[in-house]
Amino acid sequence: MLSISDLTVKFGGLTALSGVHIELNPGEVVGLIGPNGAGKTTLFNALTGFAPVESGKLSLDGKDHAWPKNHQLVDLGIARTLQGVGLFPDLTVLENVMVGGQKFAKGSVLRAALGLDGSNEKYLEEKASLALEKVYASSLGDKRADSLPYPVTKRVAIARALMSDPKILLLDEPAGGLGSQDIDWMNGLIHNLKSETSILLVEHHMDVVMNVCDRIYVLNFGELIAEGTPAEVRENPAVIAAYLGAEAAK
Amino acid sequence: MLFIDTLLIGLSSGAIYALMALALVLVWRSTRVVNFAQAGQAILSTYLGYEVMNMTHNYWVSIPFAILGGAAIAAFVDGVIMRALVKRSHKGSVSEIAPVIATLGLLGLIRSLTGMIWGNAYLQYTSPLSGKGYMIGQHTIPFSPQNLIIVIGALLVMGVFAAIFKFTNLGLALRAASFQPEISRLAGIRVDRIRTIGWAFAGAAGAVAGALVTPTTYLSPNSLDLLLVSGFVAAVIGGLDSLIGAVLGGLLLGVGFAFILQYIGTSVTFSAAFIILILVLFMRPRGILGSKGGRRDA
Repeated sequence: MLSISDLTVKFGGLTALSGVHIELNPGEVVGLIGPNGAGKTTLFNALTGFAPVESGKLSLDGKDHAWPKNHQLVDLGIARTLQGVGLFPDLTVLENVMVGGQKFAKGSVLRAALGLDGSNEKYLEEKASLALEKVYASSLGDKRADSLPYPVTKRVAIARALMSDPKILLLDEPAGGLGSQDIDWMNGLIHNLKSETSILLVEHHMDVVMNVCDRIYVLNFGELIAEGTPAEVRENPAVIAAYLGAEAAK
Repeated sequence: MLFIDTLLIGLSSGAIYALMALALVLVWRSTRVVNFAQAGQAILSTYLGYEVMNMTHNYWVSIPFAILGGAAIAAFVDGVIMRALVKRSHKGSVSEIAPVIATLGLLGLIRSLTGMIWGNAYLQYTSPLSGKGYMIGQHTIPFSPQNLIIVIGALLVMGVFAAIFKFTNLGLALRAASFQPEISRLAGIRVDRIRTIGWAFAGAAGAVAGALVTPTTYLSPNSLDLLLVSGFVAAVIGGLDSLIGAVLGGLLLGVGFAFILQYIGTSVTFSAAFIILILVLFMRPRGILGSKGGRRDA
């Protein structure tokens, strides 16, 4: 479904990613882990048009593809959440989610000015309500985004990403900043989402990664140091060394 | 009667300020840029209307041309100048101020351009509507049919654009793109295109202001400059982000001016704008309607 090979990203003289490969298959949840500065978010940024790709090959559904610009992602079936959540503070929750469905927005400036896009607006509202139901936030549609507690903003950001019906969902630290109860809830949500989209997630919470991921890639200093099932990765000496130091791996 | 006359004078001029404030709010709301070139763009579109009127001898026919011209000029300004500037200065300490400074430069450029083409003479862009006040009994009130069309124009511009922002996906995309362009791009919004549409809307609103207001005075490269200041103050009083606020701000400013002029004198008129602005901001720092309202509030 998604295949990245030999990906190298440089910022000036600094190599942020070097020869990295990733595979994501339909219905899979794949984790991308590594210590701070390992290059996890850089990989997301390269894939979503926010970081310059020095070299590397991207293939989607078996076909080679140019690295997309960020506004092309939804048309390729890719949606992304951000570490910083990034809701629009002065829009309501429903409107925030509707923004994610702009690929379904139809009509022209003239039609909008003449008020002829009502049915399309209604369609987006209904779709946004459904997306909010999926993240158990359907009662919050009329609230302003800046009135929500932090854990709820994470749910709304996921609902917004789901609005484009993505085949591939990139979750950037979905459990970051959450308490244990909300982390349990997030685990359940990711399990539920597996039936409708493949998920690539960057996460620091190891209990989330080990709980929800089918496979894991481990980055360190911009290089891939391990890959495998959660059980395999957990036992990998290179991974233990990266996280705990070389002494612990012995 | 003097009180009512003063109030009507204030409402008439307030509607004029409101039109310019609406144009400024539309650009701010769509792109987070205070567009000081708005007066220049409006005067250029008014000259276009003036030329069409000279050809057709019909003021009403000239207005749609002025509006389309205003939208096209604004789209050109954003598409060719502002877009390139934003790309070159999108990071660093100048990123937010550079486009605003550019609009000041553009105002001077447009003024010079219109002066070169049409000269600096005071031209008449005349409306078939009377500039004389309505008669009530034996008393002529200071409110003419042209004043009425200005008030209607301000309310119409406010209504149309408020509805677009409130009820349409286009309005939602405009709001989203102005606040968080990168996230909007991730959602598939063509941010550059949406910004240009926002500028075109503002250009159209500014053109309405120029075409309706100019018949009450005269047409010259600088004739809307003072209106820019009043419109900006009105927009800030209204909350800068609210179309209804822009109209209320304009009317408040107009009425405030009229009463100051009537009961205090002409010497304080210009400074009165800023005194009113400071008083309103002291009482409501976000402006009259600049509270946390969201897209659903126009």
